Amino acid sequence: MEIEALKRKANALRGDVLRMVTLADSGHPGGALGMADVLTVLFYRFLRHDPLRPDWPERDRFLLSNGHACPILYAILADRGYFPKEELWLLRKLGALLQGHPSTAWEIPGVEVSSGSLGNGLSVALGMAMAARLDGRDSRIYCSISDAECQEGQPWEAATAAVHYGVDRLCAILDWNGCQIDGHTKTVMDVGDLAAKFRAFGWNVCEISGHDVDAIVSSFDAFLGAAGSGRPTFLACRNTLGKGVSFMEDEPKWHHGALSPDELARALSELGVVLPR
Amino acid sequence: MKFARFEGTRDAYGATLAKLGHEDPRIVALTADLAGSTKTSLFAKEHPSRFFNMGVAEADMMGVAAGFAMSGFRPFASTFAVFATGKAWEQVRQVIAYPKVPVRIVATHAGLTVGEDGASHQMLEDLTLMRVLPHMTVIVPADAIEAAAVTRFAASHDEGPVYVRLSREKFPIVLDEGYAFELGKSPILAAGTDVSIVACGVMVSAALQARELLGRDGISAEVVNASSVKPLDRETILASAKKTRAVVTAEEHQVAGGLGSAVCELLAEERPTPVVRVGMQDEFGQSGSADVLLAHYGLDAHGLVAAAKRVLAR
Ligand SMILES: Cc1ncc(C[n+]2csc(CCOP(=O)(O)OP(=O)(O)O)c2C)c(N)n1
Repeated sequence: MEIEALKRKANALRGDVLRMVTLADSGHPGGALGMADVLTVLFYRFLRHDPLRPDWPERDRFLLSNGHACPILYAILADRGYFPKEELWLLRKLGALLQGHPSTAWEIPGVEVSSGSLGNGLSVALGMAMAARLDGRDSRIYCSISDAECQEGQPWEAATAAVHYGVDRLCAILDWNGCQIDGHTKTVMDVGDLAAKFRAFGWNVCEISGHDVDAIVSSFDAFLGAAGSGRPTFLACRNTLGKGVSFMEDEPKWHHGALSPDELARALSELGVVLPR
Repeated sequence: MKFARFEGTRDAYGATLAKLGHEDPRIVALTADLAGSTKTSLFAKEHPSRFFNMGVAEADMMGVAAGFAMSGFRPFASTFAVFATGKAWEQVRQVIAYPKVPVRIVATHAGLTVGEDGASHQMLEDLTLMRVLPHMTVIVPADAIEAAAVTRFAASHDEGPVYVRLSREKFPIVLDEGYAFELGKSPILAAGTDVSIVACGVMVSAALQARELLGRDGISAEVVNASSVKPLDRETILASAKKTRAVVTAEEHQVAGGLGSAVCELLAEERPTPVVRVGMQDEFGQSGSADVLLAHYGLDAHGLVAAAKRVLAR
């Protein structure tokens, strides 16, 4: 998909995210809106996958370690044809396919790992990357993590091991939006310069605006070019929580919470999204 | 049976802790990016210098709380039950339970009633994980009145660590305002002669409703509030079982390892009695609203009535 089409697609997906959360009357819209651009570029331009064969062994994997941001993942998976779009509107209801956090136990097509408890995903991604290498498969493993998730210890254990084992088909995508549940990350628990920290751990680091689609494209290209470098790639995306909706942007309270019908209408009109009838 | 008042156990905890902070300058409160959700934000507002948000770092929080306790403070460490007991179990075991360090672990959002967030967040194994630890005390308040009383108890309990299990939802008030909590005592809330329902947490209100429904069928149920899961009130439970000769246990938790297991262990060794355990039957939950989930998994008055009839048919 070309740059302009990617931008339009990301915006349409933002509209889906907001409708899902409004209908569910709960959920996490903020991080999801912030990650829309980078995940759209990944899923519509780089990821090698087949929605008709979600378990195709040669596929690339995307793991959402910051599982609460799943509305954007679900919106993408539906749009790519993993399951009918109607499922989006049943999010978080009893018996629904789409659980409040990603679940492989629930067999949500396209979901690669159960998440929701922060800190676990990067280790699983590393294991998948090591397994692919051992199998001689050319799978690339992408894993998103959030900035507040880096307050946990485990991501740093994975960060150390990924360099030790020289796993260069692993790309971590940081949702660096400076927000968490109790407020801005700087006031709650400052995580400092995460790009510098991962660089010090030995990763290839690209630091970009996560809303600059051209920059996202070149960074993923650089990751592909890093094959054989013996180093994992850290794509540090400076994102804005709630991106695209003025009253949500950089407001930690939109980490979770449903919009009122009125707020939804305002948000969709700001995004230029027209509801299908 | 209709309950007149509903209140969150976490709300009662937050309000009581903030109040206690004025009485006791050695109380400190810690959380892991969940100040608002655990209601420790109320303490933070009134005692900012004794409140510490550790970020999303539960293992670190438990270690830091241990350090405070070992230096003469009275720390309360609060996060969701799934993270307090899951993410940090090893730290709780090594630096809190084993050395018998009086950290007050007050966990919120336990059980199915977490609701829409789904199975990843619905902690249904915490009673097991905490109960197996030597030195650990485990309490599940039945309502907000008991949650407030238990918070006071925990603050003064310097003998060892305490785990208190609280919830997200507002639960019916089942106890009287003047209620006094006593560790290891499980008051009989309603007497009966045919079957004993030994319940904790939100299941106590369901047990009282079930008692009324059973009464219409001529079955007299006794309701025991087993908030003190460890130590268990052996005398009360054994005496009740002796009287009714049929026991139903009820908890918003896996049937393996929690209150039901504790009661079965006691009865098997001291007074073999038919038991039916109501709880999660070795499965994870799913997304849905709290009420819908409780009904779906049979953790409500109707589930308890069916269980009572099953145990009486044996
Ligand atoms: C281990 C763990 N502890 C606590 C939580 C509760 N929780 C959910 S999201 C979150 C932090 C939110 O910050 P961030 O991950 O940066 O996401 P953002 O708000 O930017 O979407 C917390 C503490 C959790 N999911 N997992």
